[in-house]
Amino acid sequence: MKPPPRSHPLWFAFVLHRLSGLALALFLPAHFWLLSQAITAPARLDGFLAFAENPLVKIAEFGLVFLLAVHMFGGLRLMALEFLPWSDRQKTLAAAAVGVALFLSGTFFLRAI
Amino acid sequence: MSTDHDMLDVTVQRGSADHVHHDRFQVPARDNQTVLDVVTWIQQMADPSLSYRYACRVGMCGSCAMMVNGVPRWTCRTHVKKVTVNGKLSLAPLRNLPVIKDLAADMDPFFDKWVAAEARHHPTRGRLEEFDPIKPDARDRVEANLGIECINCGICYAACDTVAGNPDYLGPAALQRAWTLLNDSRDGDRPGILSAVSGKGGCHNCHSMGSCAQYCPNGLNPMRAIAGLKRETVKAALRGKRDA
Repeated sequence: MKPPPRSHPLWFAFVLHRLSGLALALFLPAHFWLLSQAITAPARLDGFLAFAENPLVKIAEFGLVFLLAVHMFGGLRLMALEFLPWSDRQKTLAAAAVGVALFLSGTFFLRAI
Repeated sequence: MSTDHDMLDVTVQRGSADHVHHDRFQVPARDNQTVLDVVTWIQQMADPSLSYRYACRVGMCGSCAMMVNGVPRWTCRTHVKKVTVNGKLSLAPLRNLPVIKDLAADMDPFFDKWVAAEARHHPTRGRLEEFDPIKPDARDRVEANLGIECINCGICYAACDTVAGNPDYLGPAALQRAWTLLNDSRDGDRPGILSAVSGKGGCHNCHSMGSCAQYCPNGLNPMRAIAGLKRETVKAALRGKRDA
């Protein structure tokens, strides 16, 4: 696929941060609703937990952990950029955020299967 | 190997805001040729009604910037061979600015925002007073020096997606200029600058995409300057709270 004009590593980091934030915003209400089932309808929660053992759900959870981790470390990079003395290594730091997120989500996935 | 017989396929955006259309020109390719050379060839040899802007041709004046294949560039210092895709060039006026005609963008909003950002010197001494000594290795001077080579070409402004999405945003060039003045010990209106850059459209709109630094032809880093403004405005706001 041809990259759009004006795309470069920090621009991709920006897009990844926005998209992961949006995806997490969509996920969180569903997550809290499911947790609430522990009090209101434990049987339904148990049913879902059994469904979550499905390998496909594990892959989806890997994606979720990746989004969460990449949003957190990307956010830490942005806060450091804005509040700490300037560092010229922004591209390296953005790549490191993706690397650490992949490592964490990969570890999660390997433990889950 | 000579490429004299090859032709470049050049698409040029024509007209102003209401009537935009695109013209295609076949321009002889040369071994050594800048994008500005191509535009000049079109105007002199193919269509004298083509409007564009340039002055120095050596990367000093900042007037010839255009969108070249979707990327903002100073055309006088951009080698055609480095930017053509399959012998094709697509030229358009600078993004995020109104178009006067063809390739000439209206720079008024760009410079209006320099004024809005208080990006102008506020003198502290008159002509009868002594010079203010500036140590070249002083910390604030070193920081200011990083941004003073800006030639006002508007490339960062055209590259910035935050400007594209928010017409009030002051933009990288104006904010960087404000940052150099904030670090200039001769400038007398620090609170005025901090107030101008922290309001609506100010430095806190920046999403740190870094396109300004990526495309600045002089290798400056407005994102760094804007991060500095963010730090200083937050510090000033906290200090204000403490004093109250």
